[in-house]
Amino acid sequence: MTGDKKILLGHGSGGKLSHELIKDIFFHHFQNPILAQFGDSAIVELPGNLQVQNSGCGILTPHSAIRNPHSGIKLAFTTDSFVVKPLFFPGGDIGRLAISGTVNDLAVMGARPLFLSTAFILEEGLEMSLLERVVSSMKETAVEAGVIISTGDTKVVEKGSADGLYINTAGIGVVEDSLCISPDRIKTGDKILLSGTLGDHGVAILAARKELPEVGAYCNTPLLSDCAPLGGMIQEALGACKDIRFMRDPTRGGLATTLNEVANGRDFGILLFEESIPVREGVSAACELLGLDPMYLANEGKVVIVCPEADAGRVLDVLRRHPLGKDSAIIGEVVKGPAGRVFMKTLVGGTRVIDMPASDPLPRIC
Amino acid sequence: MKYMTEFRDKELARGLAQRISSLLDGSASGGYTIMEVCGTHTMNIFRYGLKGLLPANLRLLSGPGCPVCVTPTSYIDQAITLAHVPGVIICTFGDMLKVPGSESSLERLALGNVKVVYSTADALSMAEANPDKKVVFLGVGFETTAPTIAASVLEADRKGLGNYFVLCSHKTMPQVMRSLVEDVGARCNVPLQGFICPAHVSTIIGSRPYEFLAREFGIPCVIAGFEPLDILHGIYMLLGQIVRGEARVEIQYSRVVRPEGNPRAQAVIEEVFEPCDAEWRGIGVVPMSGLGLRGRYQRFDAALHFSIPAPKTREPKGCLCGDMLRGVKTPPDCPLFGRACTPSHPVGPCMVSSEGTCAAWFKYQGESK
Repeated sequence: MTGDKKILLGHGSGGKLSHELIKDIFFHHFQNPILAQFGDSAIVELPGNLQVQNSGCGILTPHSAIRNPHSGIKLAFTTDSFVVKPLFFPGGDIGRLAISGTVNDLAVMGARPLFLSTAFILEEGLEMSLLERVVSSMKETAVEAGVIISTGDTKVVEKGSADGLYINTAGIGVVEDSLCISPDRIKTGDKILLSGTLGDHGVAILAARKELPEVGAYCNTPLLSDCAPLGGMIQEALGACKDIRFMRDPTRGGLATTLNEVANGRDFGILLFEESIPVREGVSAACELLGLDPMYLANEGKVVIVCPEADAGRVLDVLRRHPLGKDSAIIGEVVKGPAGRVFMKTLVGGTRVIDMPASDPLPRIC
Repeated sequence: MKYMTEFRDKELARGLAQRISSLLDGSASGGYTIMEVCGTHTMNIFRYGLKGLLPANLRLLSGPGCPVCVTPTSYIDQAITLAHVPGVIICTFGDMLKVPGSESSLERLALGNVKVVYSTADALSMAEANPDKKVVFLGVGFETTAPTIAASVLEADRKGLGNYFVLCSHKTMPQVMRSLVEDVGARCNVPLQGFICPAHVSTIIGSRPYEFLAREFGIPCVIAGFEPLDILHGIYMLLGQIVRGEARVEIQYSRVVRPEGNPRAQAVIEEVFEPCDAEWRGIGVVPMSGLGLRGRYQRFDAALHFSIPAPKTREPKGCLCGDMLRGVKTPPDCPLFGRACTPSHPVGPCMVSSEGTCAAWFKYQGESK
């Protein structure tokens, strides 16, 4: 089936190639009902007779969900690996990213993130002081997110076998039994909210790689990554509306990918309003220069929320009051059709399809 | 004025669209066909959904102005051959990675020595940083990119760099527009009534090189900017000429384009390059429509230095990119479009480039017609 095909960089982009890889290789071999949820975290019901012992791996301190599976709480479980280059960028670093990414994957499933594991792959010769800066940033971010780093692992590989430092984190959170965050619950008429500006992380990384000439020259504000743990803000949003249908953090592949994953194969469509979508001026300028589209750029501190129309105003207020959600906006709505597709009313009043990207956006020739 | 959103104003767009409609309403002709030559125009027409704002009897054809799309298979094959030479680093603009050659693409080979750069300056730095390697820059594009590539050759010459090379496949617009008018007019029977001329190319060459189109063929031209209001305004100006029976070269994009163009950039091109015949994918060889390195800079020519044989190439079966580039067919006419040929598995070049006609149709209109 896979013949002589090779892994391409595009397989890691979060776009169509990534989806094919997951479907053809990982799902094909690992298939089970939990994986088939295909959410940012797996939601796991614990078997009735489970007794968790202090077993040398992570110590799951006493928690009712573990002791008593009928307490009205489910577990959320997720993992993510971080391979960003450069390791430090404006607005964050690989450590902050590694904590935020996993916390956010738990949070968008409606979970309260509790415990994280962290595994390091270190390249021989890495400066110890650099590692310490990353670890201290992880600690700070974990405190900010209210999670405990409960277990970990370290491996060192020969010089040249890794790019300085890779981090994997896994996380466990708890979800109230009454909550059900799933695209299956989305209905025509629901509103789509975004918790702030698009593309900040993607452009900050390009700038940090010096792939943007003289960024300061065409924007007044520095281009900072939005990298942040969103657990607190998302819990507040859930406080304002228990009936939130669906949430996701639009990371790799951007908002376009996230919304296509939501709409594809379903009996509703999504209509966005370009004029409502917040994009920072500097990000917009950088995109113009490089021929990129903010819709496809990575975000690391934003959440998309789909909620009933009646609650949208209340959720928006809560988001806007939170320091991480000041620029939140209602950016679109769920429509009858064309089903399965994402459309956008453009600034000049035309309509265009927002498709799933094939792989990473590439800067064009001219 | 920051030139960010001013040219995307909804009310002004609506006003222009109405003017275009009333212009055509008042005319006797049943339908109008114009061509936007440049891929960025095509992309933005789709990106802003402009077709939906325009009257149904106005037909917009996409032209050959996408550098990736018109790069012949043989060039990709040559680049792939070079990528296999030990000690060679290939530097390229991003969208060349995916273009399929006869057998494979630079991306699919995943060789590890193919680097995406944002400018020729990056490629030069790469050559300086790796004196034991040979850095080959894939020199594709039109008059827009030719000056920076010429400048890199001058810089490499000044620094005495012996390990920087360019695999040249530069092309120039006016000559291919002539061939389109002669070819399309004579053989394909498409009544092409006007050109929206490229914006950035015209920044370099100015408006004069298009004047033969108006003079010899009676075809009106408007050089339009890439913003949605520029495009709508350009279409309005072009249709105005058509309806009034005029044929001139007008500049809509006057905030950037001068009739004489950019003389400094032209001088750099002139110093390093000379016109040569060039092969356009899907169109064939167009006389004097390319740029090759002049004799005194030929030591930077990758094709000569590595003396790579011109490979036998195979065009994908059933692919209509050639007809697409000449404006004879539109993507839904192609049996491969949206089925065998998609952005993640492109067959022809028009699907590869983000500026390609097929990619634009697929991305912004969906697979269906």
